[in-house]
Amino acid sequence: MAKQHPILEVKNISKLFGSVIALSNVSAKVYPGEVTCLLGDNGAGKSTLIKILCGVHQATDGEYYFEGQKTVFNSPREALDNGIATVYQDLSLIPLMPVWRNFFLGLEPEKGWGPFRRYDVEFATRTVRAEMSKMGIDIRDPEQSVGTMSGGERQSIAIARAVYFGAKVLILDEPTAALGVKQAGTVLKYIAQAKARNLGVIFITHNPHHAYAVGDRFIILKRGKTLGSWKRDEITREEMIRSMSGADELEALSHELDELARRKVVEKLADA
Amino acid sequence: MPTKTIAPDERMAEIGFVRRMFRRPEVGAVIGASVVWIFFAVVAPENWLTLGGVARILDPSSTLGIMAIAVALLMIGGEFDLSTGVMTGTTGIITGLLATQLGMNIWLAMLVSLIFALAVGYFNGWMVIKTGLPSFIVTLATFFILRGANVGVTRLVVSQVRISGIDDAPGFYAARALLNGEMSFLGVEFRTSLIWWILLTALATWILLRTKYGSWIFAVGGDAVAARNVGVPSNMVKIALFMNTAFAAWLVGMMSDLRLRSAVASQGIGQEFVFIIAAVIGGCLLTGGYGSAIGAGIGALIFGMARVGIVFAGWDTDWFFSFLGVMLLVAVIVNNYTRKRAETVAVAVAKPQEKGEEED
Repeated sequence: MAKQHPILEVKNISKLFGSVIALSNVSAKVYPGEVTCLLGDNGAGKSTLIKILCGVHQATDGEYYFEGQKTVFNSPREALDNGIATVYQDLSLIPLMPVWRNFFLGLEPEKGWGPFRRYDVEFATRTVRAEMSKMGIDIRDPEQSVGTMSGGERQSIAIARAVYFGAKVLILDEPTAALGVKQAGTVLKYIAQAKARNLGVIFITHNPHHAYAVGDRFIILKRGKTLGSWKRDEITREEMIRSMSGADELEALSHELDELARRKVVEKLADA
Repeated sequence: MPTKTIAPDERMAEIGFVRRMFRRPEVGAVIGASVVWIFFAVVAPENWLTLGGVARILDPSSTLGIMAIAVALLMIGGEFDLSTGVMTGTTGIITGLLATQLGMNIWLAMLVSLIFALAVGYFNGWMVIKTGLPSFIVTLATFFILRGANVGVTRLVVSQVRISGIDDAPGFYAARALLNGEMSFLGVEFRTSLIWWILLTALATWILLRTKYGSWIFAVGGDAVAARNVGVPSNMVKIALFMNTAFAAWLVGMMSDLRLRSAVASQGIGQEFVFIIAAVIGGCLLTGGYGSAIGAGIGALIFGMARVGIVFAGWDTDWFFSFLGVMLLVAVIVNNYTRKRAETVAVAVAKPQEKGEEED
């Protein structure tokens, strides 16, 4: 792995919105078969950075390399065509639509000729079932609307979709933020699976526990600047938590974590 | 993780046929149409249960149905169009004036009003996207502009509010036979507009359920931003849908001209809500992203039945609109119920899997 080249790299990226400095001199490398975690509190610039990576915004300053080539992506479509898939926080799934329609939305398989060109529904439903079972999810009925599925299942649809359509880089925008402990665990497993398929995964989160569970590299952003960048063997989870929060914030955080731990114990007791 | 592997087809059988049917958006409309039909079959059987009666019902249903389908597609796409009713009048007036005042060939006059209709449809869609205002407001403005212009222009040119003598235009009878002429079936007179209604319902349903454009329509109505994120040209889809309702309004406007041989300045005003009601009865959600073209067609059929049934039953036709109001309320309640039911069916089916996965 040491000899590998980064599939995606940004050097000294800055982004200004008018006079607001959203991002200043941020650098990051993403390797295939690795999970790069992007951590930081709200307003740290995580969203701005991934929006630049996936073509929604363009950097005001700095360089963007994809597969060794200097690039500028002018639209999400362009980034997507190059193999950079983003699973947004809202998942870009349509709740009222069935699983198979959601899976192929925007890239529908078609058959037939001329004016009789039509949606290959049979192929779509079959493929969805196969792809989801590769992720370890058993889709009973592809007609089921996405809105009736659990948060973890929805995440897995979005991830499976990106993987199926040949993503080389998978950007996950806070995939575990709205999930319960167990569902978050399920999603972390899908992230590990995407990594095993040699995708470069960018995992945005503000939960250091989730990051440390699957991450190979960690970048912490704070107020638009890089606070630090480590490989997994260079930092412990505790050091990471300490870096993420200032001294005064740490007190509050440890309370919160204690509460979380207590709740886990209660949950275990309830299960037993 | 589900460790046991059961063949998917076996589990599919868990959702029975009846429950599957209840998942269809048009189920409320089908039930409603059956109830209305049985009701008038009991109240006024002597006229209702004849082929002539059927022809009478299908006559108003067809033009209404053509509009309801287009309005339903637009509503599934998450937008409203209040200018549809008055647009049937505007296109009728344009064609009527060109044919009577300039002696234009009817086909050419129809082409001109078609171009006008598509331009207004484009403008509606463009305004909604550019301004970000609700389409309800934008098309309400279009409605009033056209409503005023209809009367203003007509009175200015012919000094009255009716344009008559359109049948003198060259090509009139060929156009009439094609779009809204008489056709005889088993000795009973039907209208050719019926054929158009059936064809367009089939086409709309096919597009909606079996082409990628159908998926795009559901998607932009369900969540336009999410749809755009995955590469659906949301703006283009919405503009196309507005142009489609304008096209349908043009078609109905032409059918009216050709049938009545004249055009009236007040034509179509107030009809826009009838189209929307038909679409809602047919299962369209007011919030978009859900609905059916066949359902809208059945919604129009319910209207036709009510309009004709009240006459057959010998009641005062003033009550027609009250009847519609009741129908709308019942339909929305039924739709709401079936949708909730459909969702609980889906959740109930998904449950065993979650159990396996989470062991809660």
